[in-house]
Amino acid sequence: MVNTQERTAGSGTTRGAAEPPVLRVEKLEVTYYTDAGRAKALDDVSFTLQAGQKLGMVGESGSGKSTLALAMMRMIKAPGRIEGGKVFVGEVELMGLNDEEMRKSRLSRIAYIPQGAMNSLNPVLRIGAQLVDAIKSHRSGDSKAEIEQRCVHALKSVDLDARVFRMFPHELSGGMKQRVCIAIGILLEPQVIIADEPTSALDVVTQRQVMETIDRVKDQINAAVILIGHDMGLMAQFVDRVAVMYSGRLVEVSTVREMFTDPKHPYAKALISSLPNLDNKGVFQGIPGLAPSLLRLPFGCAFHPRCSQVMEVCKSKRPLTRNLQSGRLVTCHLFDQEA
Amino acid sequence: MANLLELRNVSKTYTQGIINPKSTVALQDISLTLKEDKPTIMTVAGESGSGKTTLAMLLLGFITPTTGQIIYRGKDITQLTGEDKLAFRREVQAVFQDPFAVFNPFYTVDHLLTVPIKKFKLAKTKAQARDKMDEALTAVGLRSEDVLGRFPHQLSGGQRQRINVARALLLKPRLLVADEPVSMVDASLRASILETLRNLQRDHGVSIIYITHDLTTAYHIAKSIIVLYRGGVMEAGNVDEVIKSPQHPYTRLLVDSIPWPNLNQRWGTDTIKARETGGSATGCPFRSRCPVAMDKCAVQPPLFQMHKTQAAACYLHEANPKIAAERLSELLPV
Repeated sequence: MVNTQERTAGSGTTRGAAEPPVLRVEKLEVTYYTDAGRAKALDDVSFTLQAGQKLGMVGESGSGKSTLALAMMRMIKAPGRIEGGKVFVGEVELMGLNDEEMRKSRLSRIAYIPQGAMNSLNPVLRIGAQLVDAIKSHRSGDSKAEIEQRCVHALKSVDLDARVFRMFPHELSGGMKQRVCIAIGILLEPQVIIADEPTSALDVVTQRQVMETIDRVKDQINAAVILIGHDMGLMAQFVDRVAVMYSGRLVEVSTVREMFTDPKHPYAKALISSLPNLDNKGVFQGIPGLAPSLLRLPFGCAFHPRCSQVMEVCKSKRPLTRNLQSGRLVTCHLFDQEA
Repeated sequence: MANLLELRNVSKTYTQGIINPKSTVALQDISLTLKEDKPTIMTVAGESGSGKTTLAMLLLGFITPTTGQIIYRGKDITQLTGEDKLAFRREVQAVFQDPFAVFNPFYTVDHLLTVPIKKFKLAKTKAQARDKMDEALTAVGLRSEDVLGRFPHQLSGGQRQRINVARALLLKPRLLVADEPVSMVDASLRASILETLRNLQRDHGVSIIYITHDLTTAYHIAKSIIVLYRGGVMEAGNVDEVIKSPQHPYTRLLVDSIPWPNLNQRWGTDTIKARETGGSATGCPFRSRCPVAMDKCAVQPPLFQMHKTQAAACYLHEANPKIAAERLSELLPV
């Protein structure tokens, strides 16, 4: 019950004039200590998110998108370690919580829908049991009827029949399973929902259905959504702002319109121009080169060996994140003067 | 003009249960012809459960059709023996969806390339084998010194998928069945794999059957498209015409749901009817979800031909002439 009261207080302040962000990530750093050396998977990542806003997190595999999600949930496992930084959800700073408080916060303050979540359902338990389990581990004292009602409500809000409560995972299609996972994610009405490639295994029609579901439940509980993925098309259709990651750093954060019409960072530019659309049939333009290994990052800016606008300074000096007008963040030496 | 591959009224039904058998029609009455002298890229599109992968499995000879015949260069593939079977195995190659699952993690990637060389006796000496591997890797844009001798986990998904294409290329195939080759690969690497496939068709004369649910890539790589829904052909024709002006309600739904990376081209706003499990055994398979379903849809509609290179199996286009299912290939440009 403590959680609910705190949240009501929190959402009261968000409606104030200043509109403090519901999520504030500050200088988050994660390093994996492997036998082959230290890999800095997250380097100085900072951003904010307002309630009701949708942020897309894009980048190649290995750029640190999923590490960011896991770090925010404090679910990084050895050999990885969170080296520093703060994550505020409303007023609460997650990194300072003890383990039990953090466990309670997962799902109730911040929920994570992992990649391939639909395969994470327990095949021998009915859907209902798995939903009830999630509630019971966070709140005690609710009656059985209350809990069940809450579960059925969550299932209905993701467009699933109440019947699904008594079904087994194998009786559901991929899209339905994915929606069950979303239902679990929203059971305790978190303020932040992180969805890691929620539709990567689904076909386009089901994908659209699932994304529309996320959009609707987000509005119902006024949560902020972080969508992790590499499909820029999906980002264009779904999110409000796009963050581009490269080798563990945020290289650009812009509104979706700015990102698609006027990307600033050379990597974001290359990413946008490599997109297929109806007008450039048969033109395949990839980004030359490969993403560097985190164990052997190039000096200076990690993107400089692949960059088309590389300068001398990029090879030696690590660029800082600059705050351009209208809250755009860019990490590139090209914008050193503009900030 | 000889036919490379011919599907004659191929159907596949999966039956389960002994006492109370339930059968699922995975593919219904598909006829298709690929010409030997005209390599092309043909897309087979549809959502999960539409029968795309069943078609791939049939083409590769992994499963046998319930009815109908698959003829490869004049011979039924289920009847192939000895040398013919070996030739078929060499000339028809596959690239699968998951670039992680096809590698054995205990071997270096060389294994994937040396096994077919040995098996099909492509090289007499080790040096010759090495040259062949170099050549195939270069063709897919990889340098052999970068990848050979490495273990699968040391390579990126894009590199692994290109090694798969290189392996297929090594065998100088005539037909490549690519089942969702880019769906698990990063967007920035998709382009290079698709380009590799297109070069294979253009420079090496390989026909490609590109199986996907992603109409964006289908539009960019293919010349023709067949849209499947629950095993039946919904629409077929020239890929430009079908994607720019879809005529079947199902194709419209599919095209409407493509997330184009373009802010001015929004997702469709019509609500989508959920897919039922089971569904009707007769009539148009799409009718339970179709926004414009009519009474007569209870009888399976034939293909109606709108243009020279586009036809849809829907009574909305009844005014157009019918085209027999056996003549499907005539709609598909090469």
